[in-house]
Amino acid sequence: MATPKLAPFTGDEITAYAMKQIEPDVVAAYPITPQTEIVMNFSQYVADGKVSTEMIPVESEHSAMSACVGAACAGARTMTATSANGLALMWEILYIAASTRLPIVMPVVNRALSAPINIHCDHSDSMGTRDSGWLQIYCENAQEVYESIILAVKIAERADIQLPVMVCQDGFITSHAVEGVEVFEDKAVKDFIGEYKPRFSLLNVEKPVTVGPLDLQDYYFEHKRQQSEGITNALKVIPEVFKEFEKAFGKKHDFVDGYRLDDAEVAICVLSSTAGTARGVVDNLRDKGQKVGLLKPRFFRPFPREAIAKKLSHLKAVAVLDRSEAFSGEGGPLFSEVKAALYDEKSHPSVINYIFGLGGRDIFEKDIEKVYTDLLEVAGTGKIKEKIHFLGVRD
Amino acid sequence: MANLKELSKTAEERLSSGHRLCSGCGASIIVRQVLMGTKDPVVVGGATGCLEVATTIYPYTAWEVPFIHNAFENLAATMSGIETAYRALKKKGKIDKEIKFVAFGGDGGTYDIGLQSLSGALERGHKFVYVCYDNGAYMNTGIQRSGATPKGASTTTAPAGKVSSGKVQKRKDLTAIVAAHKIPYVATGSVSHWNDLITKAEKAFNADGPAFLNVIAMCHRGWRFPQEKTVEISKLSVDTCFWPLYEIVNGKLKINYKPKDKKPVTEWLKLQGRFSHLKKEAFADVVTQIQQEVDEDWQDLLRREQ
Repeated sequence: MATPKLAPFTGDEITAYAMKQIEPDVVAAYPITPQTEIVMNFSQYVADGKVSTEMIPVESEHSAMSACVGAACAGARTMTATSANGLALMWEILYIAASTRLPIVMPVVNRALSAPINIHCDHSDSMGTRDSGWLQIYCENAQEVYESIILAVKIAERADIQLPVMVCQDGFITSHAVEGVEVFEDKAVKDFIGEYKPRFSLLNVEKPVTVGPLDLQDYYFEHKRQQSEGITNALKVIPEVFKEFEKAFGKKHDFVDGYRLDDAEVAICVLSSTAGTARGVVDNLRDKGQKVGLLKPRFFRPFPREAIAKKLSHLKAVAVLDRSEAFSGEGGPLFSEVKAALYDEKSHPSVINYIFGLGGRDIFEKDIEKVYTDLLEVAGTGKIKEKIHFLGVRD
Repeated sequence: MANLKELSKTAEERLSSGHRLCSGCGASIIVRQVLMGTKDPVVVGGATGCLEVATTIYPYTAWEVPFIHNAFENLAATMSGIETAYRALKKKGKIDKEIKFVAFGGDGGTYDIGLQSLSGALERGHKFVYVCYDNGAYMNTGIQRSGATPKGASTTTAPAGKVSSGKVQKRKDLTAIVAAHKIPYVATGSVSHWNDLITKAEKAFNADGPAFLNVIAMCHRGWRFPQEKTVEISKLSVDTCFWPLYEIVNGKLKINYKPKDKKPVTEWLKLQGRFSHLKKEAFADVVTQIQQEVDEDWQDLLRREQ
């Protein structure tokens, strides 16, 4: 097993570094804050001859994803990266990439969507794409970002998955903070991901294929069914990739990451960097004898329903913290799905929702402590006074 | 210079018969003539539109060569990805063949919604041929006006009516816009002048960088004429100088065909139902304007040649 080396990186830098080690055949990307440093750093690797990747400096994110689709159909290992409005501009082609079953890997640096324009973190961008057919991994810190990108290549390219993957990190909070990251040797990464061997390629002129045909009432539905099975299958086979990763690098991965949940009475469920803050609060409250825990889903697509239900169903009360608003009038997207995940269980906790951190609003330990206080009250009384809360907002 | 006898013997059929385009459609004739411009293997891309829809109805395909349709506005960006993948894989020794890349987009997908994508790909210098089959409206969705629709034409979104003469605005000069990117090869074409078009396709395929062909595409459904008149109307487009044949090689403009007897544009207008309302006295000035603009553009082209 390769010995990792500890070095300082920002989230964006480690993303570019992972891309350097993966050395895709083609990268098509357009700069947007806070993703820009990924494109800048990777461009420098290209300029310095450190990678053999062909870079397409496209004129928009729409063209970035369009070029990625073209490159992937031509049999190239293909990557891009984006944030916020850039992801929104890719929208139409995100669906085409997933529906064409192209294993494109895209780091997403989460940023609030306009309007009003805002460059800071929330999850409205990637959450908005949750029905596009992409797999989504959410990362707490730079280390997770690094490992998840490598993992994502392997997952995306598996013949029994064949789907694109977004690897999400929190804009500025993770993307611009310097952390120590244990990096693997180039060769170990290359060996793990292996050579990309596409089933079909437009460049195989001896065996011509037509990609993107008109598919009407008589076949479209069957193709969508296959795509749906691809996602279901991903849930079954991704654990095999976790095992391979552990074997290669000695690091464990899972669909969800639970913390002090076994004997807990209440818990917070939250994605990405906020889980780090919440973990500290859990320890503080545990020291005071309060039975609190934390669940950090790593994957949002496919949605790990069973893993979430298994970790949360024994609790008395759960607060789901959403860093995006779904504007359904029924809370955020993580809340809706986590609550639905618990419905099939014999018994389930009371579930409440907190929308927080929109547009980069900081969340502090005291905010999270307040959520645990609320949860303990719900657990004690068995009553939910208010289902949906806004945390850290001025009234 | 193409030789008909030789072409009939050696040209490979890359778009098979049995596709669902209308008989008399200009698009399929353009595809066949353009693809005769290279003997190398080709990868073809198509923007959403008649050509794509009618040649790829699942589970059938009329394409005997690799073909991709991604979306409407992103054909040039898609080709950028394919052409770049080709260079990347060739560099790594994973592919050794000489392959050509050609894109076919309609005027809607090229003049309008795909213009940014095209401009970006041209500026980046991808080595591919972009062919616009310009039938002057969104024909696939039922004859809606585009930036390429000629003045005075009646379309379903700029219809002629009691007070309207159809499209009020002049069409966009896309060939000039593309030429402004200073790419190695830009040309116009018409299927009536097949030798000219095949020769231009050859030059385009051999250009050292992006090449662009703007080819007028007859659409009898949208233009309202009998389907057997496709080539005749195509020829009249050139003879009236509504659609002059010229090329710009590394910045140098050359007119490939100067009609000895430049016909009045009414000869071309009167064969098409989309202009039939212009016969009304009330719209007489529109016909005068159309003729005036054709004349001005022709004079401008003659000046640019010098």
